[in-house]
Amino acid sequence: MSALHKVVPASEIRKHLSKTAKRIWCPGCGTAIAMGGMIRAMVESKIPEKEFAVITGIGCTGRAHAYVDYDSLQTPHGRTLPVATGIKLARPGMHLIVFSGDGDLLGIGGNHFIHAARRNIGITVVLVNNFIYGMTGGQVAPTTPTADTASTAPYGNLEEPFDTCALAMAAGATYVARTTAYHVRQMVDFIGEGIKNKGFSVIEVLSNCTTQYGRMNRKGSSAQMLKWFQKNSVSLKKAADLPPEKLSGKFITGEFVTGKRGELSARYHELITQKNKERVDAHEA
Amino acid sequence: MASKTKRFFMLGNEACAAGAIAAGVRFFAGYPITPSTEIAEYMARELPRVGGQFIQMEDELAGIGAVIGASAAGVKAMTATSGPGFSLMQEFISYSAVVEIPCVVVNIMRGGPGGGAATVPAQGDVMQARWGTQGDHPVIVLSAATVPEMYYLTIKAVNFSEKYRIPVILLSDESIGHLRETTEIRPTESMEIVNRRKPDLPPEQFEPLKADMGQAPPMACIGDGYRVKGYCRLTRNERGDPGAVPDVQDRLMRRQESKITANLADIHMFEDMGAGEADVVVLAHGSNVRTALCACARAREKGIRAGVFKITTLWPFPYAPLNRAIGRAKGVLVPELNLGQIIGEVERACKGRAPVVGLNKVDGTLITINEIFDAIVELNKS
Repeated sequence: MSALHKVVPASEIRKHLSKTAKRIWCPGCGTAIAMGGMIRAMVESKIPEKEFAVITGIGCTGRAHAYVDYDSLQTPHGRTLPVATGIKLARPGMHLIVFSGDGDLLGIGGNHFIHAARRNIGITVVLVNNFIYGMTGGQVAPTTPTADTASTAPYGNLEEPFDTCALAMAAGATYVARTTAYHVRQMVDFIGEGIKNKGFSVIEVLSNCTTQYGRMNRKGSSAQMLKWFQKNSVSLKKAADLPPEKLSGKFITGEFVTGKRGELSARYHELITQKNKERVDAHEA
Repeated sequence: MASKTKRFFMLGNEACAAGAIAAGVRFFAGYPITPSTEIAEYMARELPRVGGQFIQMEDELAGIGAVIGASAAGVKAMTATSGPGFSLMQEFISYSAVVEIPCVVVNIMRGGPGGGAATVPAQGDVMQARWGTQGDHPVIVLSAATVPEMYYLTIKAVNFSEKYRIPVILLSDESIGHLRETTEIRPTESMEIVNRRKPDLPPEQFEPLKADMGQAPPMACIGDGYRVKGYCRLTRNERGDPGAVPDVQDRLMRRQESKITANLADIHMFEDMGAGEADVVVLAHGSNVRTALCACARAREKGIRAGVFKITTLWPFPYAPLNRAIGRAKGVLVPELNLGQIIGEVERACKGRAPVVGLNKVDGTLITINEIFDAIVELNKS
């Protein structure tokens, strides 16, 4: 492995994990790889750990708050972004990472997702997309591919899935990227870029739910699912030269948006400074 | 704020917002809804001037969510709404109770159910305020009867939420939210302002959910450097680690409930306005209080001994104080702008010692002095 591909070792990650919380994720689950990616990016950022908070919602990802040894908070289902918005406005210096799933962020929380992107509030979203509701037993999600099977889509999904990155871009997010549970080095880089971005960042991590999605759709073991991500991922650059029929069933990975735009908590802080100045000026006049 | 008592001609909703700022609220998030919107408008204008923040969210779920986020980060925070929005906030109210993140929710009640009538008064959310959420959890509910009470009860609501780390709901209705009356504002320095207790242990020794019965634990906020655990909607132990263990769950729920039951004397606010010596007691809260006082005054002129028992704390309901107050009463009248909600608690408090009769109105108008007077006369005959 070249230096280029080095990641923070597991021994270092363990220092940032709870010593007491009981872990309940299935063996081989991609969510744990994504949480590892998040912690690696946090460590690599060199930002003091007390400036981070990890916010989770409900579902398999909605356990990470208890597993990490940072300030953390778990919200009701779908409400990570409103709560994170309140925290960010109250403490603009904090780096907030919302670690949550496709069902939580795009299903029940879909409205908050587009509005947080529109506001460009300084939150980094790690959206772990496993194409299904895993914890509740494999129900169809807003990200389940058409025709795939779920416990509530026993005859195949009749709906079209959301394209997370297209949605985030259209709504105004200033950093948007997609990677997979296989591409750990890329995942860490993208989450790191998301943390650097002052505005709203979305990193979609395609993840293997071997127990539910994999089982119901004959994707094999966790290792086979990771290989499925490896074989079918196409970089944004390569995808640009391929005709649409060649992209069917492929995962387009890379950085979609790296833009800049005013961030909300900073704008609000400017307003408060201005109002304070007006008051002082009026007092002196 | 003012350094001496000042008089203002204020709207009920403005008094509520001004009270919140006096209590130290520096964050408001909400969603527009009649007849509460003037609270949000006041906060949008005034909060940035005192270093605070206002944000209009995409719906009421997000409104209370942002409030809880700001409060978790150490800022006193509040939202305001009316019935339909209050329904949407219920899940977060339960959440606030179980994670013990303080918040204040103001509900300026309007006609219901469904969309109902936006610009008329009602008291249809009295039971929803106590029992509208998932699960068993404590909550404090206050009811404001006048515009000055909107100011002072908002301060009280913020204080209770900070002291007990609990959601506090302030109820009022359209007729008070949209009423203007002269309000005397005392200097903020002369009032008790409560701030949540902070941990006195270092982060390594601090257990975020550890507290004695009847107590809220000290609160380490997000960003305080405690790497705080336990802001988690699951059953979790004193350290904050989740796990559905029966005795852990039982201990958590009973300790949280005991914050109320062990502190009733502090939380109960009620006023015996001649009820103790009365043959007919009128139990009133909110906009019915003044009407009931006028009706009782008229009844006494006619030789009927009538008095008002005003409850300001609706939940926990003051069962024992009311039971003591009904004394020699022949009957208890309960006027309500609903089809009968608090009356069930009055019956529980009276334990059959006196007949309890409701006077209910749901046509969007206030109960009149004549209506209460006639009901007093009727009850006095029995």
